[in-house]
Amino acid sequence: MIISNYIFIGLLLLVAMTFGLAPIALAHVVAPRKRSRVKEVAYECGVLTHGETWVRFRIQYYIYALLFVVFDIEVVFLFPWAASYADLGIFALVEMTIFLAILLVGLIYAWAKGVLRWV
Amino acid sequence: MNVFEGAACAFLWAQSQAVELDFWTKARWALWLLVGFFGIFPGIVAYMVWLERKVAARFQDRIGPNRVGPFGLLQPIADAIKLITKEDLVPGGADGAVHLAAPVLVITSAFLVMAVIPFAVGLAPVNLPSGLVYLIAASSLSPLGIFLAGWSSRNKYSLIGAMRAVAQLVSYEVPQVLATIPVVLWAGSFSLVSIFDRQVNQGWFVASPPGLLGFVILFIASIAEVNRAPFDLPEAESELIAGYHTEYSGMRFGLFFLAEYLSVFAVSCLATAIFLGGGMPIPFLAFPVNLLGESAWSYVIVDAMLLAVFLVKVLAIVFVVLWVRATLPRMRVDRLMNFSWKYLVPLALVNVLVAAVWYELVIRPGAFDAGRWMMGTAVTGPIVAAACWGVFAINRAHGARAPVSEQWPSVGRIGPGVGGRGVSRRGL
Repeated sequence: MIISNYIFIGLLLLVAMTFGLAPIALAHVVAPRKRSRVKEVAYECGVLTHGETWVRFRIQYYIYALLFVVFDIEVVFLFPWAASYADLGIFALVEMTIFLAILLVGLIYAWAKGVLRWV
Repeated sequence: MNVFEGAACAFLWAQSQAVELDFWTKARWALWLLVGFFGIFPGIVAYMVWLERKVAARFQDRIGPNRVGPFGLLQPIADAIKLITKEDLVPGGADGAVHLAAPVLVITSAFLVMAVIPFAVGLAPVNLPSGLVYLIAASSLSPLGIFLAGWSSRNKYSLIGAMRAVAQLVSYEVPQVLATIPVVLWAGSFSLVSIFDRQVNQGWFVASPPGLLGFVILFIASIAEVNRAPFDLPEAESELIAGYHTEYSGMRFGLFFLAEYLSVFAVSCLATAIFLGGGMPIPFLAFPVNLLGESAWSYVIVDAMLLAVFLVKVLAIVFVVLWVRATLPRMRVDRLMNFSWKYLVPLALVNVLVAAVWYELVIRPGAFDAGRWMMGTAVTGPIVAAACWGVFAINRAHGARAPVSEQWPSVGRIGPGVGGRGVSRRGL
């Protein structure tokens, strides 16, 4: 029963990709194609592109990614706790309060260090 | 091994496991996949585009599309024909395969999210025991597609838009996911069908202080997740042309467009199903399922009513999303990131604990009644209000003490040399 549910998801994956690819394929048949060098230039407000485009990112983005990983893993801990909370009771609430307090301290530390500041 | 081979292998593996599927399951699936996902959902989304154009026009004192068919009702069809017959341009320096894969990935993500939404009793495409986790996992595919689109185009505006998009989407995914935890806690299950069933017994989850805060956080974060105004920084046309889909034209652009509206529909369905009680018309009154007797026909009628109420609620949320877009200007990028990490995340974390307190006070003691509800509200309401006030006060104080720059105050008074007359400005 559970496996068969995931078969539906697999079929839906196929349907979704077909739904994405079919109009592009149809457009490939129907749409006009008149290629020219000018058309293939990247559109950067009418000015020819200058320098390399595929460059390194600013460190800012990595820091947000790191924070995201921390909090997403936290959610991984929170979800099973929440789903089985009915059987766990008050003690689990106290434990989770301590866990969240530690994480909140981490967030406050990041904040105080200016990590969350977008410059 | 590419995606297709992987899917084919999975299919063959499933066949080799010889899972027994009866005829009705197969028929139901075929109906969902071919009529629902290939016909009805894209249709709904096409008419959401029409609705948005009409609503936005009314907000701006215009009429909106009215030439193609009565009330412009054939406009989506005309748009689709136009998109398909447009030339499919790919920039010369682009990474062709990735450029093609990106919109397909984004629309696949939007489709997969719809798979677990319970529209009415027995009317969910599939009832996964881990539905909410699956939904979050499927929806987090779309940042990947958006980033691939921006990166593969080899256009600087696209790349900036893509980087912004990823930073924004991962930042708002945290509060979005945290806001769903109270629901899981109260229902004791990840299955959206169980969450709906629980609300039939206990009233809408939004009708409690932690539920209300969770709903608001989920709504705000969801608008950001689907890149809608005022959080449409990744495609800010005044600075980035069109952001990550600048180099997309014709049907490939159309897929991004469709995916955005499909995602709006999906998050509205999610918010309705987990917070607004699904198809239940009245917050605390269980729907009289046996209203019309026990026959199969009455079951169909009741289900149709539930579905209608569900769709009305979804339409109301979609309308609010359009309303917000017509009303609020685009946010500044530093405020956008601040709003997630300094407001929504701490509030969502506190809300998880308040939700547990609500569970102890109202749900665990047993039968749900008005007295318990009022007692729970009296205890948790002030905590929620104090948490909101505290987060805002801390941010005000902190923002006033450490502005980003003299010209760029985040809050408080602007100095005499900058703003002219020392105008007091309060903001995020």
